[in-house]
Amino acid sequence: MIEYVIYSFLTISIVFNFLGSIALHRFPDVYTRLHGATKCTTFGTIFAVLAVVVHALDMLHRTGNPKYLQMVFHSVVALIALLLTNPTGAHAIAKAAHLSGYLPKRAVVDAYLLKRKEGEKNEPCNS
Amino acid sequence: MIFFYAALLVGVAALLAVARLILGPSVPDRVVALDTLNTLVVAAMVLLGAAYSRTIYIDIAIVYALLSYIGTLVIARYLQGGLM
Repeated sequence: MIEYVIYSFLTISIVFNFLGSIALHRFPDVYTRLHGATKCTTFGTIFAVLAVVVHALDMLHRTGNPKYLQMVFHSVVALIALLLTNPTGAHAIAKAAHLSGYLPKRAVVDAYLLKRKEGEKNEPCNS
Repeated sequence: MIFFYAALLVGVAALLAVARLILGPSVPDRVVALDTLNTLVVAAMVLLGAAYSRTIYIDIAIVYALLSYIGTLVIARYLQGGLM
């Protein structure tokens, strides 16, 4: 019974990780690629860690080995580290790409570019 | 055993990210592919830790997540041309 929970979590994880990798090839520019890849791989990794946690709790219940309790806590710490760092890194990449001159393709309105131009008009900054 | 095959499939997805890392026309494309690759490697390490019942693999995944974040921030800082 609990195997089917693990299988479904792993299936969701693999499908979303694959969607994130395919998004890197199917989208036209940096920002859309970042959007697809970051969101899908973060969601897929959440479910991979959930599958590992369910498996470790099941093995802890069966064998009583405290090694599996350690595995649960360390997987959750890895997930928390990933959830804190992944969106921050994506934000940094997007801002760096925009500031270094790679503008979004086929965009109708680029509000950040307008804001940057206004800022340059009012107060010249050197960054 | 199922965790090993899951890690193998995540590795195939990581190969797609490596293809974008090699093909990518601009530098930010490559950085995006590298960031995706780091996330997939963390997922594969957690799955392999469950497959072989070794907690040390999951510890290495934690350290890899934090260090790859610092690497991404340094590359982004270099790209936008600020002070290092």
